[in-house]
Formats: sequence, C-alpha cells, structure tokens
Amino acid sequence: MKFLTALVAGLLFGSGLLVSGMTDPANVLGFLDIFGEWRPQLAFVMGAAVLTAAPSYWFVRHNRRTLLGASVDLPDRRRIDQPLLAGATIFGVGWGLSGICPGPGLVLLASGHGMAYLFMAAVLAGMWLVQLMRNKRDLR
Amino acid sequence: MISLDSAEIVRALAGGMLIGAGSALLLLLNGRIAGVSGILGNVIGKAVGEQGWRLGFLGGLLVPALILGFGSAHLPQHWLWAITSGLLVGAGTQIGSGCTSGHGVCGLANLSTRSLVATLVFMTSAVFTVLLVRHGGVS
Repeated sequence: MKFLTALVAGLLFGSGLLVSGMTDPANVLGFLDIFGEWRPQLAFVMGAAVLTAAPSYWFVRHNRRTLLGASVDLPDRRRIDQPLLAGATIFGVGWGLSGICPGPGLVLLASGHGMAYLFMAAVLAGMWLVQLMRNKRDLR
Repeated sequence: MISLDSAEIVRALAGGMLIGAGSALLLLLNGRIAGVSGILGNVIGKAVGEQGWRLGFLGGLLVPALILGFGSAHLPQHWLWAITSGLLVGAGTQIGSGCTSGHGVCGLANLSTRSLVATLVFMTSAVFTVLLVRHGGVS
C-alpha cells in the first residue's frame, strides 16, 4: 500500500518535471543565467508546485496525521545552522555547473545518455562520502 | 532580455502543479516529504524506516520519461564536468539536508524559514556559478 501510493506520487512528480521542461538542463541554466537571456520558467514551476502542495502541508501540520490516520513528524522548520548554509552553497555550485539537480537527474537516466549515468553515479558517491565522514565522526 | 512565450508559461504552470500534487499525495497518504536527495540518501545509507515506499517513489519518477521520452536534454559535454557537478550536488544536498524538491518545493510549502534560507542560498550560489562559467571565462 505504502509502495503503491508512493509510486503514484512519483508518477505525478516525474510527469511534472517532464511537462514543465525542467528535465532539460538548458532550461534550468537559462533561469540561473540572470545576466544573459533570462528564462524565468523555473520560477513559474516552483511557484505552482509550492502553491499546490501548501494546503496539504497546512493540513498535516495541524492534524499531525496523514489522511489514513498515521502520525506524522514534520522536520524542525526554524533552525538555521552551519551545515544548512554550507551544504546549500556547495549544492548550488554543483547545480550551476550542469543545471541538473537530483530529481531531473534521476529522470534523465531514462534518456539513456551516458553523461546522465555518470552524473547520478557522482551524486551517489558524493552522498556516500558525506555519510562515511559523518559515521566516522560519530564513532569518535 | 527575457525569453518566454505563453506556451512555455502554460507548461511550466501545469508541470509545477503536477509536481505539487505528487508532493501533496506523498505527504497526505505516506506522511513523507518528497525530497529527492533525502530519499536517495536514505536508500544508499543507513535505512531509516522501511525502504519500499522510497523505491516506489523513485521508480515512479522514472516511468513517465520511459514512456514519453525526451524532447531535448542538454547534458554536460565533458565527463569531468558531469562528475564534478554530481559530486558537489550529492555532497551539498547531504550536508544541507535537501535540494530543489525538499527545500525548494516541500519546505516552502511547509512555510519553513530553514528551507527558505536554504533555497535562497543555493539559488544565489548557482547564479554566481553560472555567471562565472558563462560570462567570466571559466570553463
């Protein structure tokens, strides 16, 4: 059941990435290139996505439950710390280099393009390295 | 100069609503946040809770593209570029606990100041990166 509902959610999300054009890194880089010929699509995509999802977040935040009655713990919304700022900065540099973030990167695997596989392999390697360093630090 | 036609706006809004609907569904039914980097990180790392729904969501992301195919996809030209970018995206999203979907869509929908700050920071650093690459003679 949890698998099926997540699958349907993924299908909607993946269709949205395709329809919106965000799976083409050229559209993303066009948005980030505010000093060139600016392509504002990404702002419309993000705005529409946030507005569509917001009522559900409001509902779950207030009821602390899903529609099926399971309890939900949403993450702490206010704490701004060093890892958040450093991580977001590093992610931004990587995103700016290719115009690909994790969602579209995953969808791009379906294109069969070798560069997409290389990119996603590097994403997983980057995540794995950070987890490895975290585990080592926790052991100390 | 701004480049945008009405068909692009319609597609952007429709696609955005689909992304928002997918995020809403995952929250309403599974009680989970549709953050792709978080889900990926948990799949490869120490399992927090069950994994089935994560694989379902990631699989669902891929299916539409497998069926519909791609109009166009401008990927990095050089392997070193793809690897550098990927490593930074993977490490950065893991350290900062989120990416465009987790902070940018779900976090903002949850009215999270933390996610708003993260989104502004990664947007700014990405804009500067593109500025250097495209207009600063780096590459």
